[in-house]
Amino acid sequence: MNLTGLRAVVQAAMLAVIFSAAAHAQEGAPAGHGGLEAKLEYCKTCHGLSGQGYLGYFPMPRLAGQQPQYIENQLRAFSERRRTNPIMFNVAHVLSPSMLTALATHFKNLNPKPFGGAPRRSIATGKRIFEEGLPESNVPACSACHGTEGKGQNEIPRLAGQLYPYTVGQLTGWKAERGQGSAVDTSAIMAPTAHNLTRSQVEAVAAYVSYLQ
Amino acid sequence: MSVVIPHVTVPVNAQGARKLEVMKRIGLKITVLAILAVAAPAWAGDWESPAVRNCTWCHGTSAQGFMVAPRLAGQRPQYIENQLRSFHEHTRDEPFSKQYMWGAVAALGPRTARDLAIYFAAIAPKPANDGDRNLAARGRTIYLEGIPEANVVSCYACHGPNAEGVRDIPRLGGLAYFYLKGRLKHWQEGYHSSPGSPMPMVAGHLGPDEIEALASYLSFVK
Repeated sequence: MNLTGLRAVVQAAMLAVIFSAAAHAQEGAPAGHGGLEAKLEYCKTCHGLSGQGYLGYFPMPRLAGQQPQYIENQLRAFSERRRTNPIMFNVAHVLSPSMLTALATHFKNLNPKPFGGAPRRSIATGKRIFEEGLPESNVPACSACHGTEGKGQNEIPRLAGQLYPYTVGQLTGWKAERGQGSAVDTSAIMAPTAHNLTRSQVEAVAAYVSYLQ
Repeated sequence: MSVVIPHVTVPVNAQGARKLEVMKRIGLKITVLAILAVAAPAWAGDWESPAVRNCTWCHGTSAQGFMVAPRLAGQRPQYIENQLRSFHEHTRDEPFSKQYMWGAVAALGPRTARDLAIYFAAIAPKPANDGDRNLAARGRTIYLEGIPEANVVSCYACHGPNAEGVRDIPRLGGLAYFYLKGRLKHWQEGYHSSPGSPMPMVAGHLGPDEIEALASYLSFVK
């Protein structure tokens, strides 16, 4: 290819880049130009192709079947720094309110099989704690709020099929991550329960719910 | 030639010439190796063993990587094992893998693959330090934060705070700039690695400058 031809190609390429950047800037609303689709693919890169969760260096929680109100609330909590998570802060703070709602709604309709992999030896103990609580330690039955099948409702999250290491991490580190700052945060309700569970009880419940479909 | 953007055209030619050079050398090494393999049959689990030498011919005597062959030292053993399997099953299919690794692992059994993985993982890795220092800060920001506006995910979420990797997720810290850059570009071009890897989706959103920055940063990570 001669130099003139090359120059023309480069100019055309540069124009294409400039135009596509301009189109990007105008998008804004999730409806336009596949903005929502692209953002969903971005979520699923880490949270699994069907939202089933993924194990990276950190466990990425299952979003499939999650309550939209809970997802929306958590995304706000990340960007308002009520929930400490540097990665999710960056993700959440660029989302417009309408995009946030659209993303939260999308995951509700996905229903892949649980990720699996949790140890099975304490599942029976986990089931008992989930269904009956531990009255002697002031731990209410999980099913009372999260539902007998662990599906959650409204702002109360679905636990069914959640990744074992994620649930263990959240329950053992509740107060360090959730309910930060002075704003009212719904996570406060779990603080005493998370505190009253021992490590092995946490592992048992996390294993049990990870296999719920 | 289908590549038309000028700043790419020159390196492609240089790379082609370099590739030919590498191929010549490797051809010679394989001849030597064939003679050695007949002479020294047993796997001894150390650097003297033919199985290890078979790797270090290209990956360097201390497995710190050489030319297009990446560093194996300090790599996650599960990752090495996994990749050996994907070469064996031809699922990892970018040009250098096809050219060198498919043949190299053709007769490699799973036990030996595992022994090799454990052997190389235990060698202390040295950073390649061969990226562009001026781009390292930008690369670090992308590594840690991604570019949320452009749907570029954070590398840190899977590869860890110090790019050390975990389980079958590879250590990236200190790999050679040339190798890192090549891998990211190959995913963009539609080549595959292990089944189920999210990397094609990740790389698809990176621009050429971002790849330069990431590869530069990572080459310096200890």
